[in-house]
Amino acid sequence: MSETTMASITKTAAAPNSRYHATMENAKRTARRILANPLTMGGIIVVCCLILIAIFAPWLSHYEPTVQDLTNAMKAPSGDHWFGTDEYGRDIYSRIIWGSRVTLYVVFLVTVIIGPVGLAVGVISGYFGGIVDTIFMRITDIFISFPSLVLALAFVAALGPGLDHAIIAIALTAWPPIARLARAETMTLRNADYITAVKLTGASTPRIIIRHIVPMCLSSVIIRLTFNMAGIILTAAGLGFLGLGAQPPIPEWGAMISSGRRYMLECWWMVAFPGMAIMMVSLAFNLLGDGLRDALDPRGE
Amino acid sequence: MSMIEIHDLNLSFGEREAATQVLKNINLAVEENESFGLVGESGSGKTTILKCLAGIFNHWTGHLQIDGFTLEKKLQKARCRNIQMVFQDPYGSLHPLHTVESTLKEPLTIHGLDRKDERIDEILVKVGLGPDFRYRYPHQLSGGQRQRVAIAHALILEPKILLLDEPTSALDVSVQAEILNLLAKLRVSENLTYLLVSHDLAVVAHLCSKIAVMQHGEILETLQSGDLAMTPENHPYTRMLVDASHQYSRDMASAAAMVID
Amino acid sequence: MNNPLIEVENLRIQFKNDGKITDAVRNVSFSLGKEKLGIVGESGSGKSTVGRSLLKLHPRSANVMADTMRFKELDLLHATEAQMQKVRGNRISMILQDPKYSLNPVVTVGKQITEAFLVHTKVSKTEAKERTLAMLDAVKIRDPKRVYDLYPHEISGGMGQRIMIAMMMIPEPEIIIADEPTSALDVSVRLQVLAVLDDLVQQRGLGLIFISHDLNLVRSFCDRVLVMYAGRVVESIAAKDLDKAQHPYTQGLLASLPSLENRRDELPVLQRSPAWLEA
Repeated sequence: MSETTMASITKTAAAPNSRYHATMENAKRTARRILANPLTMGGIIVVCCLILIAIFAPWLSHYEPTVQDLTNAMKAPSGDHWFGTDEYGRDIYSRIIWGSRVTLYVVFLVTVIIGPVGLAVGVISGYFGGIVDTIFMRITDIFISFPSLVLALAFVAALGPGLDHAIIAIALTAWPPIARLARAETMTLRNADYITAVKLTGASTPRIIIRHIVPMCLSSVIIRLTFNMAGIILTAAGLGFLGLGAQPPIPEWGAMISSGRRYMLECWWMVAFPGMAIMMVSLAFNLLGDGLRDALDPRGE
Repeated sequence: MSMIEIHDLNLSFGEREAATQVLKNINLAVEENESFGLVGESGSGKTTILKCLAGIFNHWTGHLQIDGFTLEKKLQKARCRNIQMVFQDPYGSLHPLHTVESTLKEPLTIHGLDRKDERIDEILVKVGLGPDFRYRYPHQLSGGQRQRVAIAHALILEPKILLLDEPTSALDVSVQAEILNLLAKLRVSENLTYLLVSHDLAVVAHLCSKIAVMQHGEILETLQSGDLAMTPENHPYTRMLVDASHQYSRDMASAAAMVID
Repeated sequence: MNNPLIEVENLRIQFKNDGKITDAVRNVSFSLGKEKLGIVGESGSGKSTVGRSLLKLHPRSANVMADTMRFKELDLLHATEAQMQKVRGNRISMILQDPKYSLNPVVTVGKQITEAFLVHTKVSKTEAKERTLAMLDAVKIRDPKRVYDLYPHEISGGMGQRIMIAMMMIPEPEIIIADEPTSALDVSVRLQVLAVLDDLVQQRGLGLIFISHDLNLVRSFCDRVLVMYAGRVVESIAAKDLDKAQHPYTQGLLASLPSLENRRDELPVLQRSPAWLEA
């Protein structure tokens, strides 16, 4: 806002009178921007539903997800079984409900690993430049050159299949883009006047990195992580489909599609419902990421 | 002993064949409580001198001295209590995600100073802002207000010397006068020494008593700002700058063309 | 003024942002003949918006209204996009502030000028190149053949701006709108660029609208000056009469500028009055 127009408009809002007040005002404004977009709201609602479903799984599901009932195998959707049953007679609806826990587990663990690691590597690399940058970036290059599925195969061959190994494999291939992003942001930021100003006041390098550079990178990284979540879900589903992720009888959505594939033509519900669940959740994370990106740009003002 | 002494300062960028010499044998001295101006166009090296004094550039050769202490190439913490800098772009010199209070408190925390809140309140008043501004974010401030906060940030460590890099160039014309008046007042009330860089001769003449005119990394001449208007004795480049600062005229344009190449 | 090139009456422009409506330009009226008209104001005064609205270069969400907005016989307010494309760059040209941003970095400057010419005139490529070289000469570039093949990053700011002028002048427009054309340039180069602009405007009898925040510059370069504040024209006066400006904003602005001749200990600070928003 220009000097002219600002001075001529009387400030009607009260100036924030405490640190808490100021942070709250800021948070409220960001929240308002995020909530303004209906698509983002849709994404948020779906993600919240996912979390609630995962928490209340025992109450929401109708049957035990792993209990087999061969007399009821491959039944179409009905009043008893909303989404039908699979080849072992297990209720698909309940398996999808319980599968949400698996999905959330994977997404959460992978994000919690790649976020801090990628951020740390990227920021340190970008800030120091020189030999540090070269070393970190070559390491990043090595990891980024593996397609995630190939790396997972290698891991599984070494350690055996399983959900936790799948999580590690996904995390190993998902952190480099975060590091690259953080590095790119840091390289632009390190020449900013405010960084120079704070150096001039005698700030130590850790202080500069943690208090000044990381907060500016956070919004891009958060947005990227949110977009990544959709990809993580799909990769986990892919691994599950290949039999490399969650092992039976764990109700993982990708594994459900895999086992339902054989009967797909006659029993469409065995594949359709897990597929829809994956699609909706991926879409929701993408929409959420879009909304966050529109709302969170610190330089947007 | 001068407050700032620069002897044979040289600085080049690039390697071997591609090396450009940005500063050539700079010699100048600024006395205590003096206000010294560096004028020149882009590429003259004036801002580079500030950056060497501030410790932003480290590969210079020569001898730099502040308040009797020789400057090392590395930025020492003690130097920060002696010399600070105000930057050109008020929109870039404050961290967008920190409140005014946070920005002002940080130097105090780094140097372990006491009475933090009092100091912050005092400095806000000194730069013409009130306690109202403490919890605002930079994007809620106008350009002039941001520049005041930047000045407060520079002064909160109570330095003796203030380096000013085009402090009003990015501000609206009507705000410029306020900031210039503030800077003039602060120099007297806080006993500061100024080294000011600007391409605007009128601004430099207003704030500074002594001026060095630079071109292509060299100091062409040093003069009292009062002598600027006395044209015949000055270097032709200086005369051209003085004339150009007033107005435009066809003859001046042809004269300018002759002085450049 | 008889037969003005541009006539604008009660121009009002509103911008919509995040649901808020801002009045960027409020009831601005002026006319332009074959003269140099300066529009001076600070950021937010609306001066650039006025310039761009003449070429309809504002975002679609902007609301442009006026009693009259005419360029000779053409009604600019109701002109279609097709009609405007024939006007832009051809009959009314615009020079922007920083050649770094207004020149295409991956095309040689010569090609850009030639392209600007070929868009509006059908001639052979060779003839277009000849005209370009002649134009480069007209903007006082010393070695047109060599400069023709340079890329924008290989030329200095002053030369870049003269190339912009060449590009904008080659289709032989009738009006030039220059939006802060010399603000990014050094003082010495500024004079040269202005000299080039001055010569071309005089020789070809063009109308020039010079938008700037630099009151002193506009005062000496232009014939007439409009001073804008918060979207309104507060002063319309001949450049040489600026000392006798009537409006307190203009007077305050002139007084607050530091000056080499008139040295004062404390600069009088412009005191804004809310009355100026209405007056």
